[in-house]
Amino acid sequence: MARPLTEHIRHDRTPLDLPAYERTGGYQALRKALAEHAPADVTEIVKSSRLQGRGGAGFFTGMKWSFVPMGPDAPRPKYFICNADEMEPGTFKDRYLMEGNPHQLLEGMILGAYAIEAETGYLFLRAEYHRCAEILAQALADARRAGYLGINILGSGFDHDIHLHTSAGRYICGEETALLNALEGRRAIPRAKPPFPPVVGLFGKPTIVNNVETLCNIPHIIRNGADWFRSLAPGEEAGTKLYGASGRVNLPGLWELPLGTPLREIIEGHAGGMQKGHRFRGVIPGGASTDFLVEEHLELPLDFKSVAQAGSRLGTGTMIVLDDRTCPVGMVLNLERFFARESCGWCTPCRDGLPWVEKILQAIENGHGREDDLDLLRHHARMLGPGRTFCAFAPGAVEPLQSALKYFEDDFRRHLQGRGCPYRHSPAAATA
Amino acid sequence: MLSPAEQAALDAELPHYPARRALCIEALKIVQHHRGWISDEALRDVALALGMTPHEVDSVATFYNLLYRRPVGRHVLHLCDSVSCWVMGCDGICDHFRNRLGISFGETTPDGRFTLLPIPCLGDCDHAPSLMAGNRIHGNLTPEKLDRLLDELD
Repeated sequence: MARPLTEHIRHDRTPLDLPAYERTGGYQALRKALAEHAPADVTEIVKSSRLQGRGGAGFFTGMKWSFVPMGPDAPRPKYFICNADEMEPGTFKDRYLMEGNPHQLLEGMILGAYAIEAETGYLFLRAEYHRCAEILAQALADARRAGYLGINILGSGFDHDIHLHTSAGRYICGEETALLNALEGRRAIPRAKPPFPPVVGLFGKPTIVNNVETLCNIPHIIRNGADWFRSLAPGEEAGTKLYGASGRVNLPGLWELPLGTPLREIIEGHAGGMQKGHRFRGVIPGGASTDFLVEEHLELPLDFKSVAQAGSRLGTGTMIVLDDRTCPVGMVLNLERFFARESCGWCTPCRDGLPWVEKILQAIENGHGREDDLDLLRHHARMLGPGRTFCAFAPGAVEPLQSALKYFEDDFRRHLQGRGCPYRHSPAAATA
Repeated sequence: MLSPAEQAALDAELPHYPARRALCIEALKIVQHHRGWISDEALRDVALALGMTPHEVDSVATFYNLLYRRPVGRHVLHLCDSVSCWVMGCDGICDHFRNRLGISFGETTPDGRFTLLPIPCLGDCDHAPSLMAGNRIHGNLTPEKLDRLLDELD
């Protein structure tokens, strides 16, 4: 089974330095692109590879790039940004890719910049990833010295440099327009769309923002071709995916697998099944802002389309497992507390609605819930849904809530009837 | 005024951005690195250096959770309380902080040694529960492991 993104990452995760990366064929894609392909051809190859964004939204990468104005009359400078603000709860895949093989990411960024003819790149890294910052700073310096970055890259006439920007916290920075505001030194509040960043982005110029895992795919696509990439996955969608699992499983971790690997294979196979004394009850498949899947979904292929058809989202592909000894109400309370805290505060429904949701859930968990609370929660889930708030933050926040009310309604009722949490072993109950 | 060391760190970043105010977050991080936290005076210094008003700088300083607008202890411990760490028992680690040091989230020990703050997911979910102390992440936390870590930090 092909694992292009991770096959060279060492077990102890010491990073591949430049010579080691070059020995794996590293920077051959860049040499090939600069020598053989016009920028628009690179975009075309990525388009026909059907690569979809691995940050969670699943938008087609090549299509995104094709929205950038090209040619001599295009606004300048243009920017190419890597979104390395990995902060989706339960997600730890980009960190692995950056620590293990930093040049793979840089080569993907340079190829992307070439495709849209961007002069300047930024690698927007979350502040807490100190080890990544050290590794990437070293990799950038080595790439510059080797002529992969800077003026007239490999004699091609293409100029590009990448700056490492370490952030200062806040989950919302991962939203691409909030990220642009953070890079401009402002509060990280999302921007109104349209205009979209490929046309009006950083400092008002055309800008592409792509996730780390997305960009790590680019060198392999350019080197091996779009057909090869599409053949990596069994279904309609293309490539591999870094899947992860955490929670009460035997072997929490990360695995690069064909996009569309069934849920059961990941939980029972790669994650080693549930810990002794714990039974599977459900999973949020792609980070905190995705709807629960339950036992009936175990055969589901985890690709963007299938997970959407099952009423959830593939998201980041790193799942958090709910077991039968952990309180689902407590878990949703934890999630909504996170979202209430991280709301940027810009629009009223999100700023005021999410703390309201948190308070209701806390009351239910503490045994002070009221009979009409479940309807009230459902009302909030609708009122904070798509189209009613300024950005996708609140709709994401209510995804686990609305699906918990659907799949675990009995648990909510038991809290109301028994005046409190029936899970003696629930982490929340331990501190109540 | 920024100190010479702060000014030098800021000047090193300046060529990477087309606008001076884009350095606001970077400047605040630099000042915090040298002074421990961002006082009103530090805000004014950054504002002066970037040609912004102190209020503009404060709107940024109050937004980002790793910029401290209040004094913090010598060691700021960021305990992840996101969902994977919660499932794996971070509340028990919180209890241990309360029992051993008498502090909860947002509080500093009276001797000024430790501040405890919550942090969104540290990307260490396969080793939950997890915390960040300085530049290091410590995973698979147990009360015993936390005791050893606290003993190591002076």
